Amino acid sequence: MDTLFALSQDELTAIRLSLKVALWATFSSLPVGILLALVLARGRFFGKAFLDGLVHLPLVLPPVVTGYALLLLFGRNGPLGRVLADDFGIVFAFRWTGAALASAVMGLPLMVRAIRLSIDAVDRRLEDAAGTLGAAPGWVFLLITLPLMLPGIIAGMILSFARSLGEFGATITFVSNIPGETQTLPSAIYTFTQVPGGDAGALRLSLIAVLISMAALLASDALARRIGRRLAGA
Amino acid sequence: MLELDVQHRLGAFALDARFTTGPGLTALFGRSGAGKSSLVNLIAGLSRPDHGRIAVDGTVLVDTARGVYVPKHRRRIGYVFQEDRLFPHLTVQHNLLFGRWFSPRAERSGGLDDVVALLGIGPLLQRRPGALSGGEKQRVAIGRALLASPRLLLMDEPLAALDTQRKDEILPYIERLRDDAGVPIVYVSHSIAEVARLATTMVLMSDGKVDAIGPVTEVLGRLDLYPKTGRFEASAVLDTTVARHDAVYGLSVLRCAAGEIHVPRIDLAVGGGVRVRIRARDVTIALAPPHGLSALNILPARIVETGGDESPVVDIRLALDGGHLLARLTRRSVAELGLVSGRAVYAIIKSVAIDRHSVGRFAPEPADQATDTLDT
Repeated sequence: MDTLFALSQDELTAIRLSLKVALWATFSSLPVGILLALVLARGRFFGKAFLDGLVHLPLVLPPVVTGYALLLLFGRNGPLGRVLADDFGIVFAFRWTGAALASAVMGLPLMVRAIRLSIDAVDRRLEDAAGTLGAAPGWVFLLITLPLMLPGIIAGMILSFARSLGEFGATITFVSNIPGETQTLPSAIYTFTQVPGGDAGALRLSLIAVLISMAALLASDALARRIGRRLAGA
Repeated sequence: MLELDVQHRLGAFALDARFTTGPGLTALFGRSGAGKSSLVNLIAGLSRPDHGRIAVDGTVLVDTARGVYVPKHRRRIGYVFQEDRLFPHLTVQHNLLFGRWFSPRAERSGGLDDVVALLGIGPLLQRRPGALSGGEKQRVAIGRALLASPRLLLMDEPLAALDTQRKDEILPYIERLRDDAGVPIVYVSHSIAEVARLATTMVLMSDGKVDAIGPVTEVLGRLDLYPKTGRFEASAVLDTTVARHDAVYGLSVLRCAAGEIHVPRIDLAVGGGVRVRIRARDVTIALAPPHGLSALNILPARIVETGGDESPVVDIRLALDGGHLLARLTRRSVAELGLVSGRAVYAIIKSVAIDRHSVGRFAPEPADQATDTLDT
C-alpha cells in the first residue's frame, strides 16, 4: 500500500509543472480574456462575428489541430515564433511556456464566455450614474464595471485553470511530452498507461487531478458566495 | 440658472423645448410620454440633442451650432434617478463620497456631515445599498448627487417608485434641499400634488413641447391648461404662513392675505411658510357670507373667469387677496346663482378636504431661509 500513495520524484515534478502551467495560463490570459469579452460584449464593428468565431474555435476544433496550428505559428520556424525568439527571447517550442500558451488558448473561449456573461449582467444605468457624478469612462470601468464583473472574472479564471489542468491534445502536439519540461499531469498519466506496471502511477496522478480540480471548484464557489453576499448588502 | 433651447427626435417623437429658469425648484410637469425625462437626459448629457443649446450658470454645455458638447462627467450636473441606481458593491458612505472624489476641490460645497444630517442617513453609512429600504436608498441617492457639488440637480420622478408612506418620508427632505442647499433643482413629475407642494417655477409640457412656464401659483391657476394637466386634479395653490396652532381641536391656522385657513395640524413652527394646494372640487361658492355652516374656511373672492362651455361641470377661477382659487361647480349652479366674471362671492373650503399631502413647507423668499425649522 505504501507504494500506492508514495509519489515518485517524476510524479511530483509533473504535478508542480501542471500547477505552474495552469496558473501561468490562467493569469496571463486574463487581461486578454477581459479585453476580448469587453470588445465582444460592448463593441460594434465589422468582423465581430469573425472574431467571436476565432475565439471560440479551440472549443470545437480537435485539440490536436489547435496544437498543430500553434506549432506552425509559434514553432522555431513559425512566423510568430521566430520574431518572439529573435527579438524578445521568448521561446515556446518544447518549453513549459509553450504548454502554458497551449493551455491558455484552449481555456480562452471558456474564460471569455464567462466574463462576457457577467458584462452583459452589469446594469449600464449604474455606469451612466457614475458618469453624472464626474467619473471619466476609465474610472467608471475601474470603479463600477470591473467590480461588478468580478463574479464572472472568477468563474472564467476557474474554468480556464481547470481546462489547463486537463489540457492534453494541444499540449502534446505543440510541445511534446518531455519529463520535467512539458510533461504535465495528463501527459504523465498517459505515459503511465503506455508502460507495463504503470497502473498505480496513473491511478495516483488521476486522484491528485481529481483533488486539485475539486479544490478549485470549491474555492470558486466560496468566493462567488462571498461576493454575492456583499452585493446583496449583508 | 438653466437656459435651454433644444430640438431632438426620438423615432416618431419630437422634442422641441425652450425655457430659462432661475433658482429654487423648477418642476417639469406633464403626462407620461410628454418628453420630460428625455429633456432631463439631454441636460445631464446622457443623450445628445439633434440641435440646440443648453447652458447652466453661463457655462455652455451643448451648442450644436458651435460644435460644443461637454461629456456627462465634466458637466457637474447631479442626477437623482427614478430608481436609486446606488452602486451595490460600495457602502453607503462610499456611494456618498463617489462624486465628491471627482469634483474640483475648490468648488466642493457642503461636507459629508452636513449632507448626512440634512438627509438623516447617519445610521446607514456602513451598510450596503442592498440592506436599505426604498426610501432610504432614495435619500442616499440624493445625498450622493449633492456631494458631487453640482451646479444643477436633476431629479427624475424620484418618488415614483415609492409608496405613499415613503413619499411622505422623503418630501420634507426635498423641501429642505430646495430651501437650504442653494442648488437649483429641476424636478420631473407627473404628480400635481408633488409639483404644487415643491415647485417654485412650473414648466408644463405635453407632446415634447412647453405649454406654459411660470410661478406654480400662476400656472396652476390657469383654466386653459386643464386639458393638459388632467381635469380631475384641477387645483390652485396658496402660499401662506402658520399663524397659530389650535391644540384643543388639533388644527393649524394658516394666514394669507385673504384671511385664515384652518387645516389639520401640521408640524411646522409658527411663522413658517406653508403652501396649501386646494382642489377645485373641494371649493364651494356662496353669494353672501354663510351662517350656520360647518366649513371653517370662508374667504371673500371675486370671479375672474369661468371656463368650459358644453360640459355639465364648470371650472371657475376666483381672485382673492394674494392669490387665486379654482372652484368646480355644476353648470346648473353657475346659471342659478348667476356666477359671471366680476361678481363678488365667498369661497368655502372644508378643512378636512386639505389633507396632509396638500400641505408643504415653503420659503416665501429664497433669501429668507433660516427662520423656519422642521420638527419631524
